[in-house]
Amino acid sequence: MKVLVVGLNHKVADVDVREKLAFNGPKLEEGLLLFHKLPHVKEGIILSTCNRVELYANVDDIEKAAEAIRVFLADYHNINRTALDRSLYIHSDMDAVKHVFRVASSLDSMVIGEPQILGQLKDAFELALAKKTTGILLNKLMKKAISVAKRVRTETKIAENAVSISFAAVELAKKIFTDLSKKVFMLLGAGEMAELAARHLINNGVRDVLVANRTYERACDLAKEFNGRPVKFENFIDEMHRADIIICSTGASHYILLKNQMQKVMKERKQRQVFIIDISVPRNIDPEINELDNVYLYNVDDLQGIVDTNLFERKKEAEKAEQIIEEEIETFYKWLQSLDSVPTIIAIRERAEEIKKEELEKLMHKIPNMGQKEREAIEYMATAIVNKLIHPPTAALKEDSDDRDILVAAIRKLYGMDGKKG
Amino acid sequence: MDIILFELALTCYFASAIVSITEIFKESKITHRIMLIFAAAGFFIHTVNIIYRYVVAGHIPITNPHEATSFFSWCIVFIFFLLNFRYRINLLPSFILPFVLLLMLSSSILPREIKPLSPVLQSYWLGIHTVFAFLGNAAFALAFGIGIMYLVQEHYVKTKKISGLFERLPSLQSLDEINYRLITFGFPLLTFAIITGALWAQTAWGSYWNWDPRETWSLVTWFIYAIILHARLIAGWRGKRAAILSILGFLTILIAFFGIKLLKKGLHVFL
Repeated sequence: MKVLVVGLNHKVADVDVREKLAFNGPKLEEGLLLFHKLPHVKEGIILSTCNRVELYANVDDIEKAAEAIRVFLADYHNINRTALDRSLYIHSDMDAVKHVFRVASSLDSMVIGEPQILGQLKDAFELALAKKTTGILLNKLMKKAISVAKRVRTETKIAENAVSISFAAVELAKKIFTDLSKKVFMLLGAGEMAELAARHLINNGVRDVLVANRTYERACDLAKEFNGRPVKFENFIDEMHRADIIICSTGASHYILLKNQMQKVMKERKQRQVFIIDISVPRNIDPEINELDNVYLYNVDDLQGIVDTNLFERKKEAEKAEQIIEEEIETFYKWLQSLDSVPTIIAIRERAEEIKKEELEKLMHKIPNMGQKEREAIEYMATAIVNKLIHPPTAALKEDSDDRDILVAAIRKLYGMDGKKG
Repeated sequence: MDIILFELALTCYFASAIVSITEIFKESKITHRIMLIFAAAGFFIHTVNIIYRYVVAGHIPITNPHEATSFFSWCIVFIFFLLNFRYRINLLPSFILPFVLLLMLSSSILPREIKPLSPVLQSYWLGIHTVFAFLGNAAFALAFGIGIMYLVQEHYVKTKKISGLFERLPSLQSLDEINYRLITFGFPLLTFAIITGALWAQTAWGSYWNWDPRETWSLVTWFIYAIILHARLIAGWRGKRAAILSILGFLTILIAFFGIKLLKKGLHVFL
């Protein structure tokens, strides 16, 4: 009964290796069932994302199981063994538990703290549950990993602060305006980054969208996509006073908006706050505009600067998260030890003795003038009942069978020996 | 009894102000609750204290500097709770409660005995005029705190230094709007206080306006807030400018309140 992790991630393997090893679509289910049938593997889960492929198992022999899994991976994906072995990492026992906790908490992710990994892990676990390839150990491990990840999320700031330019733009917009759904957004030009930022704004509630583009048709297309209104590029300054948030990304080689033009726009909009994001390189908006009151102009470098600070903050928070994980490993280890049958047998006996004693005392209290003989007879009977009742479970526990760990867990639960938390 | 109530209220305010200052550095639901409980307890005891003084003196207790500063603090906490009820303005307590504590501390060192009321003050105008003036000024005090918060947040956004309190301060727009609301709330009260003051002056001193320092400063304050409102509607003076003006406006109130008291001149000497 040992945890084993075999896998690779973005740190040890390039994307072409990861691609080859990925369990995509129907392969995942098929692979999982084959993996579960491998010798020495009692339980199995496969986590396959674009950044990692990992196989989690409950095994009886680490060396043999690891070998079987490596052979399986190479055969199944038709990859050269030696090349694969160079990339694969193997973690066992508490190292494996730690690894799973770190993955779930997004400490092992490419972007530390990104939230998707937890969902992917849950999906992998659910599939394994549906296919009945897990049992007591991996079930507990997964549940614990999910709760550890939640604890990390609430107790550290690891998932706070935007770590992409478009998210940083939305965060800023929220600190300038109260309610994005009441704000007008203007997209000047197009481009991948600008469209991504636009989409993030719309996802965060912005409804009123104006689109201006040098080619009017493109403006119409984008406006349709964002459920907005196209504006002729020549007229964008006339329409600008309506816009609270402006993203600019045109291919112009010069400034298309100057300070004095913006001053007029501000007058027209009665100095209401305006947030301008200039994603274009070279810049399209005169940087001096930022000097105007209630105008907040950010360019790509400014946003990147925010992203960098946030990433740095996340790394600091990751240290706190590691601490939490150390604590949780300890509790998991204790649980694992409790599955050993000897202490459980003793605990059952003690509990039974306790109950017997309590009940006898109650009885003696109720019938105080009982004779010595009767008393002994009752005690004898109570002992006999207790022994007969606990004999089958303790005997089963003593047997060295394959499913002993399941029995131990079941008995601990049935007798309520793990407290409420189980 | 009066002393015990006042000291108790002061202690509660002290505790809540300290917690509110720690919240600048680290905030949690628990500290926030503790702070609000202390502030609410302080406010309750303070209310009892003011009612007690009212009953003992037989008139509204705003007739000497100790009472005036104490009542002013009470008004600020009152409007703070009204505001807190309506909006959840993160970090507002940290910008207001320490100021309330300062006011209460200065009130505590001023002479507290209840003296018989001078004949000039024996009028129903006393209650009306002072309560309106103090509530109006308390709204401006909160606008002052919000104005400072605006400037801090605006500094972060403008200089692109996204750190410190940026995450926890409210958005610029909401701070600006609340600032405006507070001023539109305080301005009519101040106007009414000046009018009732003039009517009272007519009955007490025989003339509506005497150009004593307090009257003059009140008029200056009134003009500042009139400008804030007017400039906002006409020229769109919002955001940073409105915040700076609301800070200046409140500073003139403080000068009027404490500065003139130190000079001890003019007809309003009793306050």
